Amino acid sequence: MSIRISKEACVGCLACTRVCPGSLIKEKDGKAFIKYSRDCWGCASCVKECGFGAIDFYLGADMGGNGTVMNVSEHGDLLLWKVTRPDGTIRIIEVNGKNSNKY
Amino acid sequence: MSIRLKREVMTADVLIIGGGTAGCYAALTLSNHSDLKVIVAEKAGIRRSGCLAAGVNAINAYITEGQTPEDYVDYAMKDAAGIAREDLLLTAARRFNKVTADLERLGLVILKDEKGNYVTRGKRNIKINGENIKPILADAVLQATNVTVLEHVNVTDLLATGNEVRGAVGFHMEETTAYEIRAAAVIVTTGGASGLYKPNNPGFSRHKMWYPPFNTGAGYAMGIKAGAEMTSFEMRFIALRCKDTIAPTGTIAQGVRAKQINSKGEIYEEKYGITTSERVYGTVRENQLGNGPCYLHTEGIDKDTEEDLLKAYLNMAPSQTLRWLQSDRTPGKEDVEIAGTEPYIVGGHTASGYWINTNRETTITGLYAAGDAAGGCPQKYVTGALAEGEIAALDIIKKGRKMDHSYEVLSFAEETFREYERILNGSEAVFTAEELEEAMQKVMDEYAGGISVNYQYNEKQLKLGEEKILEITKLTRYLNASDMHELMFVYELLERLVVCRSVIAHLGFRKETRWHSFQENLDFPRSDEAYYKFVNSTLKDGALVLRLRNIGKETVYEHTDI
Repeated sequence: MSIRISKEACVGCLACTRVCPGSLIKEKDGKAFIKYSRDCWGCASCVKECGFGAIDFYLGADMGGNGTVMNVSEHGDLLLWKVTRPDGTIRIIEVNGKNSNKY
Repeated sequence: MSIRLKREVMTADVLIIGGGTAGCYAALTLSNHSDLKVIVAEKAGIRRSGCLAAGVNAINAYITEGQTPEDYVDYAMKDAAGIAREDLLLTAARRFNKVTADLERLGLVILKDEKGNYVTRGKRNIKINGENIKPILADAVLQATNVTVLEHVNVTDLLATGNEVRGAVGFHMEETTAYEIRAAAVIVTTGGASGLYKPNNPGFSRHKMWYPPFNTGAGYAMGIKAGAEMTSFEMRFIALRCKDTIAPTGTIAQGVRAKQINSKGEIYEEKYGITTSERVYGTVRENQLGNGPCYLHTEGIDKDTEEDLLKAYLNMAPSQTLRWLQSDRTPGKEDVEIAGTEPYIVGGHTASGYWINTNRETTITGLYAAGDAAGGCPQKYVTGALAEGEIAALDIIKKGRKMDHSYEVLSFAEETFREYERILNGSEAVFTAEELEEAMQKVMDEYAGGISVNYQYNEKQLKLGEEKILEITKLTRYLNASDMHELMFVYELLERLVVCRSVIAHLGFRKETRWHSFQENLDFPRSDEAYYKFVNSTLKDGALVLRLRNIGKETVYEHTDI
C-alpha cells in the first residue's frame, strides 16, 4: 500500500506533508515527495487533502495490487473517487458527505 | 559537525500526550469547563492523526433504545471472559450517548429514520458518515481557547518526582529542538501498540495493518519506565479482517449479515462461538483442519447492496474498495476472504493498558490515561475513548491541578536531551532501527504467539523470546540517527521493545488459557478459576514485578495498595 505524487501536478502547497499521520511526506525542491513509501498506512488522508489531484494511491503487489490507482476530489458535499485501471478504463464512485453509511 | 539541539521549556497546567480521539476530547473538555492552560503534543498533524485517520462508518458503542449502560457492561464483560472493570465500563457507557450528541453538534453525519431517530445496527451500533470524524474533532481543538497544539513533537519520556508527574520531554520531528514540557497534570492518550509482531504483509505493504502503524506503544512504554502499574498486556487483540487489505469485516458481517464460511461452504462461526476472540479462533482452527481459506459469504448480494458496501468502505478503508474495483471482483460476485491479523496491544478493544482508578488516574499522581492507552475497559471504541478523555479532564478540573511555578527542575530532562544528541551524533552503526524492528517482530511472531504459530505459545518459547528481546534491546545501544525523523524511528523501536518485554511477561504469568487466540498458553490449555483475576505489572529497579489483582465489583475504584 502506498501513494505516488505527480511532480507535474504538485503545486508545492505541502498540505499533504502536514496531514500525513506518519509524517512520511517531505518537501524536496519545492514539491512534496513520499520519503518513506513502505511506511504508508493507506489511510488516504493525503489523497483527500490534495486539491490538485496530484496524489494517487495503489495497492502493493504483495497485497494483490494490479497497478490500478485511485484518487479523490471534493465537489461541495460530494467526494468523487476515481479508479483508473492499468488498461486505462475508469470507474467513478460518488459519495455524498451528507449521507450516512447504510451498513 | 555534531548536532546540538535547541532546548525549549514550556509550561502548562495540563499536558495531553497524543492528539487523537481521546486526547482531542480531553482538550475540548478542559477548554469548555475550565481556564486551565493546556498543551496537546502530537507527533504528526492532528487533522488526521491517530486511528481515525481514514474514518469510521459506525459508532460501535452506543446505548440504543431499550438498552441500558448496564447491558453494555454485561456484554463487554462476557466478551472479555470476565477480565474487565465494571466501574470503568459503566462510567464510559453512561457517556456514550452524550459524546455522540456532541460529535453530531460538531458536524458528524448520523443516519436517521423518518422520525428523526438514529438508525441502529444491532443493539449497540449506530450508522454514521465518519469519513471526516477526525478533521471535525481536530478543527474544534484548534479553535478551543487556552489550548496550544504542538504538532510534530514526539514525546519520549515522562517527568516525575516521587510518585507525582511533572510533565514530559520530547523532540520536534523536523527542527532540531528538544522540549521540556512542565505540567501539573498529564493525560496519556497515545493509543495502543502496533508493529510488535510480524505483520500480515511483511514486505512492501508491511504497514497495511489494522491499527495505525504510527501507534507504537509510546504511552505504555513511558508509563512502564516511570513505574506506573500496567494491566492485561497478555490480553492481546487480534482482528478478523479482509485478507491482504486488512480492512474491517464488521461492516459486511453485521451490515449484510454475511456468515463466516470455510472453503467447503460450511458456516463455521456457530461451532466456535461469536465473541471477538472466538471469531478469530474459529478461522484459525478451520485453516488448521484443512478447511481454509475462510470467507465472509457475500456472493449473490444484490447490486444496490454491493454499491452501498463499496461506498461504506471508501469512508473507512478505501483500499478494500480499490481491491474490489481493480478487477471487478466485487463482493456480489465473490466471497470475501478473511484472515486474522498479527496481535496488537490496544485498550480500546481489550483490557490492556494503564491500571487506572475510576477517574482514569494512573498509579502515578497527576498522570491520567484515556482511550487505547488506558486498561481495564475493553470494547470502548471511539465513544469510550471520548468518554475517558472527558472523565480524566473533569477530574483534573475538580482536583484543581494548576501549574505551580516554584517547579523543581529535574535533571532527567537534560539527561534525556543528551541521549537524543548521542543518538544523532553517533558513528555509523552496523544495524538500523528498521533491521532491529524486523528482528523483534520475528521473535515475537515465533516465540510469543504470532500468526505463524497460530497465536499459540508455551513457556519454553516465551523464555527464549524474552532472552532474544533483551538481546535486541542491548543492540539498540549502537543505533544512530541522521535526522530527527530517524531519531523518532529509534525511539519507536525502543518503545516497542519495552512493550514486548511486558507482553511476554504477562503471557507467561497467566497460567491458563483465558481467551482462544488472544492468549492461548499451550502448557495450560484450559481456563482456570484461580486466574479469574487481572494480571498486572510494575517495573521496579529494572525488573518487572507481576501480580494478580481481584476482579472487583465496586462502582468506584481507588488506588489503595500500590
